This record gives sequence, structure tokens and C-alpha cells, in this order.
Amino acid sequence: MRKIHVHAQINGLPTDFLCEPRQSLLEVLRDELRLTGAKEGCNNGNCGACNVLLDGRLVNACCVLAVEIEGRTVETVEGMATPQGLHPLQRCFMQDAALQCGICTPGFLVAAKALLDRFPHPSEQQVRHYLAGNLCRCTGYDKIVRAVMDAAESSS
Amino acid sequence: MKEFDYAAPRTLSEALALLAENGERARVLAGGTDLIVQLREGRCDADLVVDVKRIPELNELAFDPAKGLFLGAAVPCYRIYENAEIAGRYPGLIDAVSMIGGIQIQSRASVGGNLCNASPAADTIPPLIVHRAVCVIAGPKGQREVPVEQFCVGPGKTILRAGEILVGLKIPVPPPRFGASYLRFIPRNEMDIAVAGAAVAVALNADKTRCEGARVALSAVAPTPLLVSEAGDVLINGPLNEKAMDQMAQTAQQAAKPIDDMRGTAEFRRHLVGVLTRRALRNALARAVES
Ligand SMILES: Cc1cc2nc3c(=O)[nH]c(=O)nc-3n(C[C@H](O)[C@H](O)[C@H](O)COP(=O)(O)OP(=O)(O)OC[C@H]3O[C@@H](n4cnc5c(N)ncnc54)[C@H](O)[C@@H]3O)c2cc1C
Ligand code: FES
Ligand code: FES
Repeated sequence: MRKIHVHAQINGLPTDFLCEPRQSLLEVLRDELRLTGAKEGCNNGNCGACNVLLDGRLVNACCVLAVEIEGRTVETVEGMATPQGLHPLQRCFMQDAALQCGICTPGFLVAAKALLDRFPHPSEQQVRHYLAGNLCRCTGYDKIVRAVMDAAESSS
Repeated sequence: MKEFDYAAPRTLSEALALLAENGERARVLAGGTDLIVQLREGRCDADLVVDVKRIPELNELAFDPAKGLFLGAAVPCYRIYENAEIAGRYPGLIDAVSMIGGIQIQSRASVGGNLCNASPAADTIPPLIVHRAVCVIAGPKGQREVPVEQFCVGPGKTILRAGEILVGLKIPVPPPRFGASYLRFIPRNEMDIAVAGAAVAVALNADKTRCEGARVALSAVAPTPLLVSEAGDVLINGPLNEKAMDQMAQTAQQAAKPIDDMRGTAEFRRHLVGVLTRRALRNALARAVES
């Protein structure tokens, strides 16, 4: 199949790649661009492990075709830390032990970032609602919710 | 995933030409939350995927106090509920677009896609029915308009003919003292498919004691979402007491044709129709009184 040239802004960097139309954004990020932070959990939109921001909006990268991102902006978990240090969410996830196996963590971090970008001081209910599209088989969610609340507090 | 080609036309006529050329082999892509998963799982296939998100008409979301709402078929859910002008006027639709999937799904999923996918459990369809939405369809022979309750003809089947695209929905300005609500039952709090759903809309008289208009629609209890005109009719112009509400709920239950499946038995679904229509009516009435 004909490969298509795509130009996009990924984690702040202008990026060009070739892909087949059938390749998802998740496949291209992981297999072509070697940004393996986003994970494949379910590959059908249910688990959120593949979460990235597309033009600032939270999406499941497994449910986006890579060709669709032509001219657009993508942020992945790799873009959260800066040379100065980890993002407050990343720090709080470690402090609060909000992860065990870690497979769901990049998705939760990106989803939580989308939440805090929009609502810097969410209620617990808002956090739980916003993260309903992210599944975790290990933590039981409580520590994740607490870490997000702590990150919101620490950046206030 | 099987191979396919991709096109992202910038005009409706370009898109229609692509569909005409490729016939059954082409599939329209909006938010992809149904289509991409179905292609991957081999539940449908295509040689060409036509992304319609760059077509201006399909992205339009505009409220006009005289003509009502035009909701482009590819507009994602979040744009609808984040628009205050629309949120206040079309509460039944807002209930549905804020409950589809999670935030990630709402960033992409469109009402047009929900409609064209034609699931019996599609959450936006009962509220669209009670809001009296009309589908605007473009095809090789020009445009036509069809009331939304006639759009789905079976699970996964719509009245769209080969080469046709759903351009958007026209939703009239609600009458004064209007309220609507959509409720569904799912075993979890979020992220699940309706076992049953019910939408109710009412328009009250000037002293807010009686219904001048009422509409009831159901999901997941028949091969297609269902308008139950008789259930709305029993509310019109009579006193709004418990008896009228029971009669409305019973009429809706009688119209439902539920099946047994892994999500619930037919008996349970019929029971849910009674509970959900009553609750949705109460919500709709409360919203009408506030409006
Ligand atoms: C995790 C998850 C949770 C979900 N939760 C819900 C839920 O709670 N409630 C619910 O109802 N649904 C739910 N869905 C299903 C899906 O998200 C919705 O049906 C959504 O509205 C589909 O819209 P889309 O824009 O993504 O459509 P797409 O996937 O792009 O298209 C869907 C179908 O419609 C056709 N189509 C799309 N636009 C047009 C057009 N303009 N003209 C002609 N044909 C067109 C496509 O070819 C395809 O067959 C969920 C899906 C996932 C993956
Ligand atoms: S891998 Fe994308 S939602 Fe699960
Ligand atoms: S930490 Fe293992 S799935 Fe969440």
C-alpha cells in the first residue's frame, strides 16, 4: 500500500514520517518514532493506556489513524518532564505509590494532565469522572486519585 | 488491520465524488471510535476510508434563534456540551453527548457517527428523536431530509443509500417552557453500553401545570431506537399526576420489544423502560419549570 507523508508537531518538535493509512497513531508513535511511552492495552478504546493529547485534547491513540494528524499537534507522556525535572503529576505518582506494574501509568499521567490543564483544582469526583476511561488492574485507583489531587495542590 | 487507502476531501462535492467512484468499497470516517475498531477487528472492511472531518458543513455547529441548531455530522461530543448557548437549549442531547464513552471518546466521537453506526443502544438517538431532529443527507442526486426516527432501519442499518453522506442534523428551536432528559441503565457508572435508555421531552403551558407537547423515545429495547408517540400523547393536556405518569410509562413498556442477551433479559429491560421513562419525565419536567 502507498505510504503517506505526514508532518506534525510532536512534543514540540516538527516531525515528519511515512505511514500506511491503516497504521494507528499508537503504532506510529511506538514502532516508527520510538516513543514507547504510550502503551497498547486493549487496542479498542476502552483502557486509556495509549492516551495522548491531540491539539490539546485527550484521545486514545489506538483509535486515531496516523494519517489524520497531518498538520496537528501531539503531546505524549515523553513530553511531560522538562530538563528541569519531572512534571508535578509524575512526582506525585512516585511519592504516593500510584503505580505498581506501570502499564497504565503513561495513560493516566496524560489524562490527568489534560484534566489539570482544564481544571487546575478538581474535586475528587471530577478526577474520578475524568479518569473513567483509564483502566488499572493493580492499584485499585485510590492512590492514583490521591496523586492527582496532590499534584493539583502542589502546583497551586 | 487490512490495507486501505485514505482521503481527506475538503469539500462535500469532492467527498461525494469519491464515494460515487468507489461504491461499497469506500467507508466514511468521522471520529473513528466505531469505524477504526471495526476495521481492526475485521467486523467491516474498506478499500478507501474517506475522512470527512475537513469538510466545513460537517464541522459546523451553529445556533440560530429563528432556525434552531445545525449540528454538523462530524462535530465531536465535547464541542456540543462545551457550548453554553446549545447546552441550555438542548438538555436531552447534552445528557447523551456527556455520557458517551469517557473524555477520550468524547474528544472524537460524533453524533453523526453514532447515528450512522445505527446501534440499537446508541445514546444520542433517543434524545435527537425527542428534540425533533431532522437528518440532512447529501448524495449523487442532491440533498434530502429525513426525520431522525426514520433514519435507522435495523441494527447497523440506515436509510443511507450508496454514495450518500449524512451532512448534519437540523434541530428546531425548542418551544417555551421546554425540558428534556435522557437516562440509561448501565451496570457501571461510566464507560458501558446501555441495557436500556429513555429520553423524554415536554413543553408546558403558560402556568406550567400541563404538557402542551410531549415525546418519548427508547434505546436498546428494539432493533432500532424507538419513538413511542402514544406514550407522549397520554401526557398532553391532562393533569400531570402519578396516574398520568404511570400510564405514560406503561405505554412505553408496551411499545418496547426487548430481547434477552448478555446485558440483560427482556423482562428486566421492560422493567427498566418503566423506571427510566418515569425518571426522565421527572427530570424533563423539572428542567421545563426552571427554563
Ligand atoms: C470505549 C468506547 C466507549 C463507547 N461508549 C459509547 C456510549 O457510551 N454510547 C454510545 O452510544 N456509543 C459509544 N461508543 C461507540 C461510539 O463511540 C459512538 O457510536 C460514536 O458516536 C461514533 O462516532 P464516530 O464519529 O467515532 O464515528 P465513526 O467511527 O467515524 O463512524 C461510525 C459509522 O458511521 C459511518 N459514518 C460516520 N459519519 C458518517 C457520515 N457523516 N455519513 C455517513 N456515514 C458516516 C462510518 O462509516 C461508520 O460506519 C463507544 C465506543 C468506544 C470505543
Ligand atoms: S490501547 Fe487504546 S484505549 Fe486501550
Ligand atoms: S499499575 Fe498495573 S495496570 Fe495500573
